[in-house]
Amino acid sequence: MKLFIKKIITLIMTLFLVSVAAFLAFQIIPGDVVTSILGTEATPEREEQLREELGLNDPPVKRYFKWAGGVLRGDFGRSYQYSKNMNEMMPVAELIGDKLPVTLWLAGLSMVLIILVSIPLGVLWAKSANRFLDAALGVITQITMAVPSFFLGILVTFLFGIVFKWFVPGGYISYRESLSGFLGYLLFPALSIALPKIAMTARFLRNSMLTQMQADYVRTAYSKGCTRKRVMYGHVLRNALMPVVTFLGMIIAEIVAGSIVVEQVFGLPGIGRLLISSINNRDFPVVEILILYITFVVIFVYFLVDILYRVIDPRISEK
Amino acid sequence: MKKLDGGKWNKYLTVGLIMTGLALALGILGFFWTPYSTTAMSAAEKFAAPSLRHLFGTDNFGRDIFSRVMQGLSTTIVIGCLVVAFSASAGILLGALTGYFGGLVDEIVMRITDAVNGFPSILLALVLISILGNGRQNVILALGIVFIPSYVRIVRSEFIRLRDADYICRARLMGVSRMRILFIHILPNIFSVFWVSVMIGFNNAILAESGMSYLGIGVQPPDASLGKMLSDAQGYLQNAPWYALAPGLTIVWVVLGFSLFSEGIRRLEG
Amino acid sequence: MKKKLFSLLLTALLTMAVLGGCGSDGTGESSGNNSSKGTSAVEPAGEPVYGGSVVVGIQQDIDSLDPHKALAAGTKEILFNIFEGLVKPDKNGDLMKAVASDYTVSEDGLVYTFTLREGVKFHNGSAVTAEDVKYSLERASGLLDGTPLISSLKVLTSVDIIDEKTVQVTVGSANTELIYSFVAAIIPAGSGEDESGTPIGTGPFSFVSYTPQEGIVVKKNSDYWQQGLPYLDEVNFKIITSTDTALLELQGGSIDIYPYLTDSQANELKSSFQILSAPSAVVQALYLNNADPLLSDVRIRQAICYALDKDEVNDFLAGGNATIISTAMLPTLQTYYVDLNDTYGTGANIEKAKELMADAGYPDGFDLEITVPSNYEYHVQTAEVVVEQLKKAGINAVINPVEWNTWLEDCYNGRKYQSTISGLTSDATPGYMMNRFQTDSKKNFINFTNAEYDQVYDQAAAAMDPEEKAGYYKQLQQILCDEAGSAFIQVPAITIAVNPKLGGYTFYPVYVQDMSTVYFVE
Repeated sequence: MKLFIKKIITLIMTLFLVSVAAFLAFQIIPGDVVTSILGTEATPEREEQLREELGLNDPPVKRYFKWAGGVLRGDFGRSYQYSKNMNEMMPVAELIGDKLPVTLWLAGLSMVLIILVSIPLGVLWAKSANRFLDAALGVITQITMAVPSFFLGILVTFLFGIVFKWFVPGGYISYRESLSGFLGYLLFPALSIALPKIAMTARFLRNSMLTQMQADYVRTAYSKGCTRKRVMYGHVLRNALMPVVTFLGMIIAEIVAGSIVVEQVFGLPGIGRLLISSINNRDFPVVEILILYITFVVIFVYFLVDILYRVIDPRISEK
Repeated sequence: MKKLDGGKWNKYLTVGLIMTGLALALGILGFFWTPYSTTAMSAAEKFAAPSLRHLFGTDNFGRDIFSRVMQGLSTTIVIGCLVVAFSASAGILLGALTGYFGGLVDEIVMRITDAVNGFPSILLALVLISILGNGRQNVILALGIVFIPSYVRIVRSEFIRLRDADYICRARLMGVSRMRILFIHILPNIFSVFWVSVMIGFNNAILAESGMSYLGIGVQPPDASLGKMLSDAQGYLQNAPWYALAPGLTIVWVVLGFSLFSEGIRRLEG
Repeated sequence: MKKKLFSLLLTALLTMAVLGGCGSDGTGESSGNNSSKGTSAVEPAGEPVYGGSVVVGIQQDIDSLDPHKALAAGTKEILFNIFEGLVKPDKNGDLMKAVASDYTVSEDGLVYTFTLREGVKFHNGSAVTAEDVKYSLERASGLLDGTPLISSLKVLTSVDIIDEKTVQVTVGSANTELIYSFVAAIIPAGSGEDESGTPIGTGPFSFVSYTPQEGIVVKKNSDYWQQGLPYLDEVNFKIITSTDTALLELQGGSIDIYPYLTDSQANELKSSFQILSAPSAVVQALYLNNADPLLSDVRIRQAICYALDKDEVNDFLAGGNATIISTAMLPTLQTYYVDLNDTYGTGANIEKAKELMADAGYPDGFDLEITVPSNYEYHVQTAEVVVEQLKKAGINAVINPVEWNTWLEDCYNGRKYQSTISGLTSDATPGYMMNRFQTDSKKNFINFTNAEYDQVYDQAAAAMDPEEKAGYYKQLQQILCDEAGSAFIQVPAITIAVNPKLGGYTFYPVYVQDMSTVYFVE
């Protein structure tokens, strides 16, 4: 419990620091928000009106606290660039709520792919007595790990989109229209994110299992008459999976980062693309909340991994 | 596999050395000389397919892709090296001081390090670039800053491990100055561990740089960059797939060669 | 949004039809291989049928759903389908009467009297009243709350309701080009403060939904006052940020119309799509800061003009489809445009350039920094080509790519740059582009200073006779070209792919994607 409270305090502190840092960054970034929104054709009166509406005439400290106060009350503010209707700008919460499912599904699908493929592959690899298979997997995974996700995205587009015509690149179907069509399209970007991670995880699991197989308890188990199957899945895999869980937790941040780039390659309207366009357009309220959100998710996932680890291996909490 | 694990010279090292060596040679050569000018355009030779005349073909301006890849390679390698040099030295400094002395500063630096570490690196680089502006120097600076925490962690934990070692305690008793202990007595002893993270860092820097250039926020034309070439080429995938493949495969080549090389080194040391 | 009316790029462009038909006299078509098809509509074989829905690819997100606040060209071209003004642009670049069935302008040009058309209804079913017109014009001109939203309407001094069907507008100063500003949307009185905020207009299509980053959907207005229009039941304007994926989407059948093809893409689609091409409304140039110590010398500026090979730029970037220019007027504004391409030639004239440079005291060349907005691939690539061309004349040019916001702040507003490659988007009035090069103009970001120019501009603005006016504008272009105010390059072409099952796509010389005339054929 004490640990839990300590974690929460750290989380809040981190979020506060990140929000201040992002706010400061926006003070330094060149480019006037109003010019950025209105371009060069607006009347000076309109510019002044907008400046007043956005509260840009207030001193920075006041603006920060006004914003932070809003966030604490659950009001995340409104986007500077996206309209909700003719007279109102889009509330940030609504905007992100609309784009988040795309990124979450993408990350989730990638994670599912990683787990579904890498664990059986790792186990198969560790068990494999075939020197050729062993070497082949070694080479393939080594190469796969070296491909950056955006290049992989381009290769996937080329191969499955242009050569095989399995999907229409850019022909994204909204999850609101058809969930199956949406997932069908998402499969390809997810593949681009997942492939290198599958290679990494499989290698990691294999090495972890090989280490475990040499452990004393394995010999003990055999000598006690356990079957090979039972030793492998009951003991070795269970123990070998622990570091893999941590590893999977660690790559969540990378999956999020990967999706930012891959969304760009596949034209997915997720939060990665939203973030890039918001930074470019100086859409401060959106950027601030997105950065806080990503920070929160990453810290939260680390926290979950920590808990999970304790569940799998109770010895840790005793230490 | 087991034989390899035993150490000494190994296949990883051989293949890694060859691949890295070739990339390095091309990159260094590309710094001084390329078969064609990297900017010379020719309307007559737009989108020429790979041939003996143009090894990797030509792009939409009829520029020789092989020459541009060579130049891109040298840009990438230079950036990779500088980023690693910058972040590793900052990492050593911060890690050494916080690890050896501990205290409040240590606590603060570690909190910041944790926060930065958890944050997707390309995102942070993106924000930094928005502040600093585009261009080669700023990419180096932004990535340099982004990668500092990964080194701080490693150096710090090594310094914590070694600060209470017998020989350090003895040195302290003999009145050796703090700076001397830090950088003459401890530092050389962490290199074997540090070396590995430098190698990984180099690859990460290269991947991050090409990713940023791909997104259009990294190296800017007329500087050739592999990532930027890739994003330009994306529009011509159908007509001129070689345009995308050349820079893409080059990135893979460099990263693969270098990770094999570092794996080989790791095994060499046992 | 990044790309405002002013901004540029193929993205922001809209179609520019050659006024009044074919433009067969070759005006502005000195670029050789010119495939522009400027005729109004392309008719595929078959009879038009009603119904169906179409997906149109657009390149940028919209900046506002408020027709008076929307400034981006990319937004205006879509809102054209939802909103209408008292008058609206037609496919010939003239104005047609829309919400107003008739109007008269007083002799002195200070009083406009509009008669409202019978039977025009808003999308919410209520008829357009004089109240609505008064509200709309007052809102756009700032008479309502002191904040003008459309700068050209600032000259309005009062809007009076004469009777139910007649509205009288009084302006502070006469300008024959003002009538073009009455394309400002007519919206229901009070809708600018309405809480639901649904965009309501009188156009052929009514608003259905908007999703940021995805697009905007509109449906047929069955009460539309123009009999028989529109044909389609629904149009989905889908945001596709890269032309590369647009090509794949066209081939995959998920979009029907895409207006921003590159030349090589057009070639690829030729067999399966109708490919239409027309000049855009963008004036692309190597804009030179006339206040720069080096570039303040007219000989240096002229040398740069001579050194440019505009034909090559056209070939590389537009596949030869662009229209080469040597001044800031759109060639499609035929009445006013004068072809001055002979002044510096369309190819490179290195000898002449070197001669002028030697004259100016730089026989061995000089350094030139070209600032480019890095998000505009088209300009960045143009800069890459231009740098190579200038090299041949001994000019050592370097590219300085900056972010769009930085460009706006430093180059456009701050005027802190040496030279820049960018595009200025013109509107349908000739004064729009000429106005900005007056010495004192707020928009004169190239710091062009020429007393004669200022004087002639004043005469042009005051002229009430169209022919006299055109004469002055031609004079202005001549000065701008002779003085090498900037090195004007080209008006890029826009190339449009249209699903072969669709007919009636119409080019407009202003920012418009008119979907009302588009139909499926049997």
